[in-house]
Amino acid sequence: MVRFLATRAVLLLLGLLVAAALIFAVLRVLPGDVAQVIGGTRASAEQVARIRAQLGLDQPLPVQFLDWIGGLLRLDLGRSLVTGTPVAGELGQKLEVTLPLAGLSLVLGLGLGIPLGVLSAVLHRRASGFVLAAAAQSVAAVPVVFAGVLLALLLGSFLHLLPVQGFPLDGWRQPGRAFASLILPALTIAVVEGAVVLRFTRSATLEALGQDHVRMAAAKGMTLHRALLTHGLPGVLLSVVSVIGLEIAALLVGAVIVEQLFQLPGVGRMLVTDVANRDLVKVQSELLVLTGLILVVGAVVDVLHRVLDPRQRERT
Amino acid sequence: MSAAWPRELLRRPGGVLGVVVLAVLIVSAVVATFWTPQDPFATDPFHRWQGPSGAHLLGTDGVGRDVFSYVFAASRTALLVAVLSSLVAGVVGVVLAAVGALGPRWLREPVAVLIDVLIAFPVLLIAIMLSAVLGPSLTEVVVAVGIGFGVNIARVARGEIRRVARSGYVLAARAAGLGPGRVLTDHLLPNIAPVLIVQLSLSAGVAVLSEAGLSFLGYGAPPSTPSWGRLLGDLQNYVTIYPLTAVWPGLAITVSVLACNLFGDALREATDPRLRTGRRERRRVR
Repeated sequence: MVRFLATRAVLLLLGLLVAAALIFAVLRVLPGDVAQVIGGTRASAEQVARIRAQLGLDQPLPVQFLDWIGGLLRLDLGRSLVTGTPVAGELGQKLEVTLPLAGLSLVLGLGLGIPLGVLSAVLHRRASGFVLAAAAQSVAAVPVVFAGVLLALLLGSFLHLLPVQGFPLDGWRQPGRAFASLILPALTIAVVEGAVVLRFTRSATLEALGQDHVRMAAAKGMTLHRALLTHGLPGVLLSVVSVIGLEIAALLVGAVIVEQLFQLPGVGRMLVTDVANRDLVKVQSELLVLTGLILVVGAVVDVLHRVLDPRQRERT
Repeated sequence: MSAAWPRELLRRPGGVLGVVVLAVLIVSAVVATFWTPQDPFATDPFHRWQGPSGAHLLGTDGVGRDVFSYVFAASRTALLVAVLSSLVAGVVGVVLAAVGALGPRWLREPVAVLIDVLIAFPVLLIAIMLSAVLGPSLTEVVVAVGIGFGVNIARVARGEIRRVARSGYVLAARAAGLGPGRVLTDHLLPNIAPVLIVQLSLSAGVAVLSEAGLSFLGYGAPPSTPSWGRLLGDLQNYVTIYPLTAVWPGLAITVSVLACNLFGDALREATDPRLRTGRRERRRVR
């Protein structure tokens, strides 16, 4: 186990490093002068040179890269090119919106997807099971923007239940209002991703229904449903855990779109704004934070899977 | 791939639905290249937010554009992005998979790590990253889906190539002196083709979804190119007042993506003999 944790940690660090290198490479090495891009087409040669010096772009690339990585370790992500404020502080503030949003969507998505997935597998010979599966197949094809529009229409405007847009200015100091404004966006992501989870859970459960130990338990007198609950479900849940790592990527992408749609001040909206402003210093850190989150959650899920699955423990 | 797969595919309701919708999409994309009922960009300040009528089948939007013509014309953009993205994703996937499974030993581990890291980069983030440097365009959507989904294909295809590469006939072919390139084209690719085609049809769905999301965010299609995602973005601000208008582009995206997924799923079942027998066995047991 210790050896597994160590290799997984090394792999995670390696992954983060490669991700940072890739982001850096795309933003700096691709054709196009970053300083020129930031300055805009009308910038004079002198202005471009000043921007270049200010960014340290006159340094060799490896030095620039190590500067950025070194700054990351000290939680110093540089200063915004547009406003001059430190990036780290603002990023932390935006994460206070994005992380709860992603967490809430994950909980809601799993809460919708797993039970309904098991149900649709158990009912797979009945019309209701087919309808559930067909509905999941269709909902999984809905773009997040459209899901958000429809949900806002249904819940926010017709029923006047939830705030449809925005986030309280003083953030979590008004926990009730802050939470309420996250519900509709989180539900939007959760419905679409929950449909994906449902389909996955359904096929895992169908497989479990045919497994020898489940059928054995049923043969010894349990009802098939009971046998499934006690003997089949642990395996199903384990395989669902393993897709959470992939789901996180979808959740964060959903968050980028949903934050834009519902005007939430999170990392995704910050990223979209900063790309429009060509604030590449902020963009590179935002991209790294988002991909870093995906890599870290992926690693945690891997470890969790290892801890929970006795079959994997025996192999070491 | 057995020759029976088209029949198997069409025996499944999902497969039929997928094929029909995709055919409609292709036909409308081809027709829209030459003709649309009205100019999709023609604005008409006197006929804004019209309901459906004979002149405007799906009504008009906030600047008086004919929604049906616009949605119709945008089908071409969606199909173009889907086809090109799948091609790029396929090439990226096969090349990475081949190098990762058959390449020189010192290259295999780095390729595996690269695939694992790239999978953590969602298509949308790659596209945003590219447009930060290159500016928004459809090309960057194609490249982003190509790389982003290409790595997924690479992961699936690498396992398949490894599996097939161990089989007797491939070993025999190599023992007979066939070079690695020929082994790949003559034996490995034909054998993983069913898996690849399934992945490609799924990647087409991802491409349509990504284009919609990106065009909504303002990356992706430039204003001169009709796009479902952009129209949806334009209309969403008015959705409480004119809910029906915003439904059309959203529906177009959903139905197209659904068709790609249904087609891919049905094809997977139709081409994979293991899935077919497995299903029959399960039926017999209970």
